[in-house]
Amino acid sequence: MRITLAWAALRRHGTRTLLAVLGVAVAAAMLLDMVMMATGMRESFRELLLSRGFQVRLAPKGTLPFDTDATIENASGIVRTLRSNPAIIVISPVLGATIHVPRGDRIVTSATLGVEPVVQGDYELLSGSDPIAANAIAVNDEFLKATGTAIGDTIEVATGYDPQLRTFGRSQQMIITGRVRFIYGAVDQLATAMRLSTLQKMGGVASSDDASLFMLKVRGGSDIETARRWIERAIPNVTVISTATALAQVDERLSYFRQLAVILGTVSLFVGFLLVTTLVTVSVNERVGEIAVMRALGVSKAHIVQQIVFEAVVISVVGAAGGLGLGLVTARYLNGILSSFPGLPRAIDFFLFQPHSAWTALGLLTVSGIAAGIYPSFRAASLPIATTLRQEAIA
Amino acid sequence: MTTVRDAGTTEGVIDSPRKNVVEARDLARDYAFGRERVHALRGVTFDIEEGDYVAIVGPSGCGKSTLLNLLGAIDQPTAGSVTIGGRNVGQMRDREATAFRLRNIGFVFQRFYLMSTLSATENVQLPMAEAGAKSDDRAARARELLAYVGLADRQRHRPSELSGGEQQRVAIARSLANHPAILLADEPTGELDAKTGADIIRLFGRLNADGTTLIVVTHDEELAGAARRRIHMRDGLLVDA
Repeated sequence: MRITLAWAALRRHGTRTLLAVLGVAVAAAMLLDMVMMATGMRESFRELLLSRGFQVRLAPKGTLPFDTDATIENASGIVRTLRSNPAIIVISPVLGATIHVPRGDRIVTSATLGVEPVVQGDYELLSGSDPIAANAIAVNDEFLKATGTAIGDTIEVATGYDPQLRTFGRSQQMIITGRVRFIYGAVDQLATAMRLSTLQKMGGVASSDDASLFMLKVRGGSDIETARRWIERAIPNVTVISTATALAQVDERLSYFRQLAVILGTVSLFVGFLLVTTLVTVSVNERVGEIAVMRALGVSKAHIVQQIVFEAVVISVVGAAGGLGLGLVTARYLNGILSSFPGLPRAIDFFLFQPHSAWTALGLLTVSGIAAGIYPSFRAASLPIATTLRQEAIA
Repeated sequence: MTTVRDAGTTEGVIDSPRKNVVEARDLARDYAFGRERVHALRGVTFDIEEGDYVAIVGPSGCGKSTLLNLLGAIDQPTAGSVTIGGRNVGQMRDREATAFRLRNIGFVFQRFYLMSTLSATENVQLPMAEAGAKSDDRAARARELLAYVGLADRQRHRPSELSGGEQQRVAIARSLANHPAILLADEPTGELDAKTGADIIRLFGRLNADGTTLIVVTHDEELAGAARRRIHMRDGLLVDA
């Protein structure tokens, strides 16, 4: 009967209830987006780091991978040292540089990675083949579009461009063997990959035995942190970053972002709470006579409280359910805008939907709905019966 | 025959009927209006026997409704005591008074006060649901009571689809739902035309004849005249009991 009465009370002013539900849906959508954003970038970054199974990365001392142009010297020596540890099963050295491709009267500039194609973890091959040969190069769609080339074409690839003399340090003819997608590449970024030894020989960097980054896989069952500490001791001129330490650094860098999300999420929740409290309080004020009669007939205070809290929870939960869909749509739209920021990896999502985000938002709104019902329900339950009936009769 | 009153044995119900179902002793009720104290009841003493039909009459503001509220355990006296079925309802805490009202007191109000969103049968079932009666039992009892008040064919109608007289009859059926010891009515014909009021008066007469103890506050001479006994009030005191 309490549910019947609560439902009837909500239906009595259907339009008003619907508007309140829509208001809660908007607040819920914002809350969901903020919950998604608070954890989304971190989770997306974690997925990105682990996408190819590399758990440890070595960067030049004091830097993050590709944070600067700094490189690690004696790459071959480092590889030998790392191979001496049986816990490390895959070593993928990477050298980053810039290449220039003359196309008619213009020069197309692109990022390039020198990799060991068999163990690389920087790109996915979409068509063609890996750049196994010394004169092979794999490129992304943006590069193909900018240069007007296709798989099988031969292009001139140059490094060490001097803008004053308009000359190149070294160049060579290369064949495009594969079309690839770079996992860590930014949106619209032109990128290519070739053998590490080829790029080193082309003199893109000062030394022919440099690398920008080493990516490592640790044997299953081995402790990653133990391996990380071993590398730090064995190779002191590098910064060793495990996925856990990388995430800690990302956490530190994203803390302002998360604080913003928490504040906006809290504001949304509070707006939803106030909306429901206001609506239910107005609804209770309109039927104090009915409530006083129910009390006179012997309906307990507890049952009055339950009925009114139920009304608040229904508005909150239905609003939250609607807000879930709205939140996903707005998150997708906002993600599209934010992901097009220059320099950000394409694979990073600002708003990552995870079921626990939806459950968190729904849970918070349900708790908020219960809280929103408490004030009007206690107000209703503590109405003085005789006085209220007398005032109603006079009114 | 429809039973409008029986001796149930559930919690809160008066177990052993007494001759005096209501005993009011030196009953007083003051209200504070700012710094001023208004003495709505100034020490009222009377008894009402089981099965009686009492009309409380008097001019407006003489304390009739205040007295009815105290008898109905929805207000507490400033002084004195009111005992219903041997239990001092003026001393009860809210929870106890609520349970007592549910099972022992039936209320009929001038403005009917039906739940506008519920049908006639749902309105009658409301106190039974609160008392924990099973759904089938509630429905059967509601049918029985609505038939008793002459609304067997209006069970699914909402209050807005009923006339004033019909609404008051639904309210009377609701007041009888849990077999109350006494039925309290505050100006039950106050919002009805003469013919409809006469129907309600006849219904009250039938209820009393079937064993219900009735206490009615009224300005309606016909209703007061139908009662077996009148209590006259003036300025918070009984003039003639």
